[in-house]
Amino acid sequence: MLEYLTLILICQLVGEISINLLELPIPGPVVGMILLFLYLLAKGAVPSALSNVSSTLLTNMSVLFIPAGVGVMAHTTLLKTDFWPIMIAMVVSTLVTIIVTALVMKKLNKTSPPDGAPQPND
Amino acid sequence: MIEHFSAVWMEMAANPLFNLTLTLLVFVSASYLYRQFNNNPLLNPVLVSIVVLVGLLYVTSTPYDIYFKGAQFLHFLLGPATVALAIPLYRQLERVKKSAAAILFSVLCGSITAAGTAIFITWLMGAQWVSIISIAPKSVTTPVAMGITEQLGGLPSLTAAIVILTGIIGAMFAPALLKLCGVEDEAAKGIAIGAASHGVGTARAIQISEVAGAFSGLAMGLNALATALLLPILWQLFRG
Repeated sequence: MLEYLTLILICQLVGEISINLLELPIPGPVVGMILLFLYLLAKGAVPSALSNVSSTLLTNMSVLFIPAGVGVMAHTTLLKTDFWPIMIAMVVSTLVTIIVTALVMKKLNKTSPPDGAPQPND
Repeated sequence: MIEHFSAVWMEMAANPLFNLTLTLLVFVSASYLYRQFNNNPLLNPVLVSIVVLVGLLYVTSTPYDIYFKGAQFLHFLLGPATVALAIPLYRQLERVKKSAAAILFSVLCGSITAAGTAIFITWLMGAQWVSIISIAPKSVTTPVAMGITEQLGGLPSLTAAIVILTGIIGAMFAPALLKLCGVEDEAAKGIAIGAASHGVGTARAIQISEVAGAFSGLAMGLNALATALLLPILWQLFRG
């Protein structure tokens, strides 16, 4: 288990270093995710110990946002100007985005051939 | 006696162990409350925990730096958790490959809708330019959103607050909203949640199903990329 926690941290570390060197506009952990993904592609399977580490992290991911959330909410003065426009835009825009994205994806995914059906270009 | 208690209290409040335990205790209690009320979205445990903790820090006049000395152990794990999203994504590789074009187009639509509607509504309600820029990247994961805002001349710290709230709104209402719209495809649920509400939404999507979690993590990454590239152009068009 410890070796795979180390692997995850190595992926993140290499991600952080590469975004600094290449000045990429994406976060280090996202590059780390791509690196771990490439590792899995090369390996061809998910080792069960890695699976355990990741499910522990991922099933409890919500709690990890709390420290940052407390930090930004403690600075409430920032939300005083344009409070209502920001609040309303935030709620409406988020809900509309969920609906639009889900319906587009549902529509496009439905029009593709179902599982196992022969593809036109195969 | 009272002096002794208050001295002990001061020492405890500054101890990282205390603030870490407090954070977990509040979250575990909030999760219990949430389940007791049949997972009522208004009692979202992340939201309730943040409100309770901000209240406690305020009442005890504990500076955030002191609190963070304990809470940082949880905060640190966000990076490794993001890296770990590669595992559900790998498990869904076949589905992702099959829907690659649909995923890219949906995330693109999501990115434009998120920024476009946020800009339009705040503009319509007469908000200042700086607020309009700061809300535009609201559906993107925090570090990228702050970078975009900074580039366009907004307030990165305001963006950080809006991004977190957006994530919580997505996590709270997405499941019910998707049901209402008749979306049963787990992939579509995940793509929508990830594109609209980044990591906080993804953490919720993982609880819906592994497929939804995998697609949400993917949509979060793609949306960060799409918005970082598109928003400066969209902003030029809007101001031009």
